[in-house]
Amino acid sequence: MAKGSIVAGCLAPHPPHLVYAENPEQNEPVSEGGWEQLRWGYERLRESLKNIDYDVIVVLSPHWQTYVGTHFIGVEKCTSKSVDPVFPNLFRFNYDLNIDVELARAIHDQAESQGMAVKMMENPDFRVDYGTIVSCHMVRPEWDKPIVSISSNRSLSYYSVEVMQEMMLELGRSTAKAIEESGKKCLLLASNSLSHRHFVTETNPPEDMSKEHIASHAMHLWDMRMIEMMRQGKSQQLIDEMPEFCEQAIAEADGGALTWLLSALDVPEQPAILHGYGTIIGTGNAIMEWPCHSWEE
Amino acid sequence: MSGEVIKSLIVPAHPHPVLCPEKNEGWQRIRDAYDEARRQIEESDADLIIIYSTLWPSVIGHQIQADPNPKWVMVDADFHDLGSIHYSLRIDSDFSHAWNKANLARGLESRTVAYEGFPVDVGSVVALELLNPNNRIPAVICSTNVYSNRAETTVLAKACQDVIKAQGKKVVAVSVMSLSNRMFTEPIEPHEDRIHSLKDDEWNQKILEFLSEGRLEDIGQLSRTIHDQIRVKKVVAFKPMWWLSAMNGNRNDLTGKVLAYEPIHGAGAAVVVLDPESNGTGDKEYDEDDVDFYGGDRNVLDSGEDDSSPSTNSGPKLYDPVEGKNTVNTNKAPKPVGAYPHARREGDLLYLSGVGPRQPGDNSIPGGPIKDSNGNPLDYDIKAQTKAVVNNIARILEEAGSSLDKVIDVTSFLVDMDRDFSGYNEVWAETLGKVGPTRTTLAIRALPTPIAVEMKVIAKV
Ligand SMILES: [Fe+2]
Repeated sequence: MAKGSIVAGCLAPHPPHLVYAENPEQNEPVSEGGWEQLRWGYERLRESLKNIDYDVIVVLSPHWQTYVGTHFIGVEKCTSKSVDPVFPNLFRFNYDLNIDVELARAIHDQAESQGMAVKMMENPDFRVDYGTIVSCHMVRPEWDKPIVSISSNRSLSYYSVEVMQEMMLELGRSTAKAIEESGKKCLLLASNSLSHRHFVTETNPPEDMSKEHIASHAMHLWDMRMIEMMRQGKSQQLIDEMPEFCEQAIAEADGGALTWLLSALDVPEQPAILHGYGTIIGTGNAIMEWPCHSWEE
Repeated sequence: MSGEVIKSLIVPAHPHPVLCPEKNEGWQRIRDAYDEARRQIEESDADLIIIYSTLWPSVIGHQIQADPNPKWVMVDADFHDLGSIHYSLRIDSDFSHAWNKANLARGLESRTVAYEGFPVDVGSVVALELLNPNNRIPAVICSTNVYSNRAETTVLAKACQDVIKAQGKKVVAVSVMSLSNRMFTEPIEPHEDRIHSLKDDEWNQKILEFLSEGRLEDIGQLSRTIHDQIRVKKVVAFKPMWWLSAMNGNRNDLTGKVLAYEPIHGAGAAVVVLDPESNGTGDKEYDEDDVDFYGGDRNVLDSGEDDSSPSTNSGPKLYDPVEGKNTVNTNKAPKPVGAYPHARREGDLLYLSGVGPRQPGDNSIPGGPIKDSNGNPLDYDIKAQTKAVVNNIARILEEAGSSLDKVIDVTSFLVDMDRDFSGYNEVWAETLGKVGPTRTTLAIRALPTPIAVEMKVIAKV
């Protein structure tokens, strides 16, 4: 069996506003668009991935929050409706997706062998979180690839960003190893925003772009700093600065997704491609791609 | 018929007492205590359960469940292997809508939600499953705003009280929460369960000692310390005690009883009942700002363009409201721009002086002024201004012992009818329009301060 590989890693933010603005048939609310800068960014990402062959999407979302270890969905077919408890007016999405339980279990087992607390989620009534669904939909709206869904362990809440990162670095290494052994080609998604200070009011309609802007200048500076590091391949520096970033920009990277991704990509020194940046009710969001396939060619 | 909170409960959120109490003696004791609390509710004349849910975070203000019958299958994010809980709840959506309206009238951002498949949080599902099986009485569920401070949480409770009084409800107020919320970060066997650390246990005991003495407000005031000491920093801080204390009038002389205290996967789970009867020890002073209206971080959507824009515009000189026989004045309303009172009472009628959107204290204009100090026009938000007018009216009426729902007649003045009528009308429909006073709207050339809307109100006392 040929070795499996990661074909690309992406930072794929998941505010439900993006799916809402796209008006896919699966989502109940109807919009007049909005957040085009980011949606065009996703369009560029999809274009960039168009000719790349892969088998599975592996995604880590901060909206499946687990405190007792890291969990993996272990149910092959997930069909239900995902309603965002924070923005139910925007996101009520009927999903029907397939999970690659075999690969999920392989990553689970590998992480367990490295001493991590892990658990398979095998309850068929479980609802897939909206972060996972939004990121996957924006990257691959055809829904024709199976998914590995990984929870966000809230070790940050218990310990510190440093401990969280230690765990996510291990989870990233375990993910890469399990993928290599699986023989599968995988696309990895870190599902999170960058700076994460929301407005506490909503415009009417929510897609009124005349009111959309970054929550504060400090948040903007942090976002630009992180994007520049990614564009220059300074992954290690980014990991090193993560504690300050999480604290000062209330960054959603605190859920561990970005650190996990960078680790799975072996802390890349290759530059990431910026496909788009934009704000969503004040939070900063960047769509980035590390195109591993081209490194190998 | 007078509405009031007749009982308050603090109950734990984890699904173990519903799904597998038999696996651990402590979980069973929590279940038994839940059952005892249920019996107490059944024996009372309670006709509504109100839940402040710490497991339902919100960003856009507070959200209140208004689907009359939310139903779905709940699976816990961590403890999914314990099984699923099928829920079908009875919600008092009239109350939910009224609470939402009362929140808006007190300056809070707020909305109701009613969507098929909405994921009711595990804490609310567990609490209602055990306290209110078969939906014997209806319930209301409110979210916890992730950014809210004590002032906002207190105003939320006061708005809730407004509706309880107006509707004459006998209410059980429920905070669903852990005490110490530190769980074991690895799976454990049921028999291995214990409070995560000695320190957590000691703090929990201290909290329960206070609560058993009825000192709820003291716990409210200690909540920031408690949060630092024994709470994992999740998005929602130790806010429920703020809400629960405000729901009880910020008192320290309630009658409290701890029905159970046990670990659930390391976290401190307790069932506590607080009755409003005074325990006879005498109350203690409430020493934090007693906020009635919320005036905090609300215009953030507009502030990004230019923070230096003059929100406190130099305008005409301000006066202290004129005092005299039958006058009604309050420092919770903006200062007059001439020698007149905020309102005057004649018989059982109240005549208010023209009310604009300026804020008491800093004189700022929500939604921004219509021009700068040089007279250059500025973009402003008519809806924010209109909302602020209605809030100011509510404060003056409140001072006079009246309220928005007693408004009889309104004359509104707009400086730009073409631009602003629809926005003004929209806010009207959400606020005074629901009360139904007569209304006349006039276009005028200018108002004395750089505002776009003013209202002249007559109300009953
Ligand atoms: Fe998010």
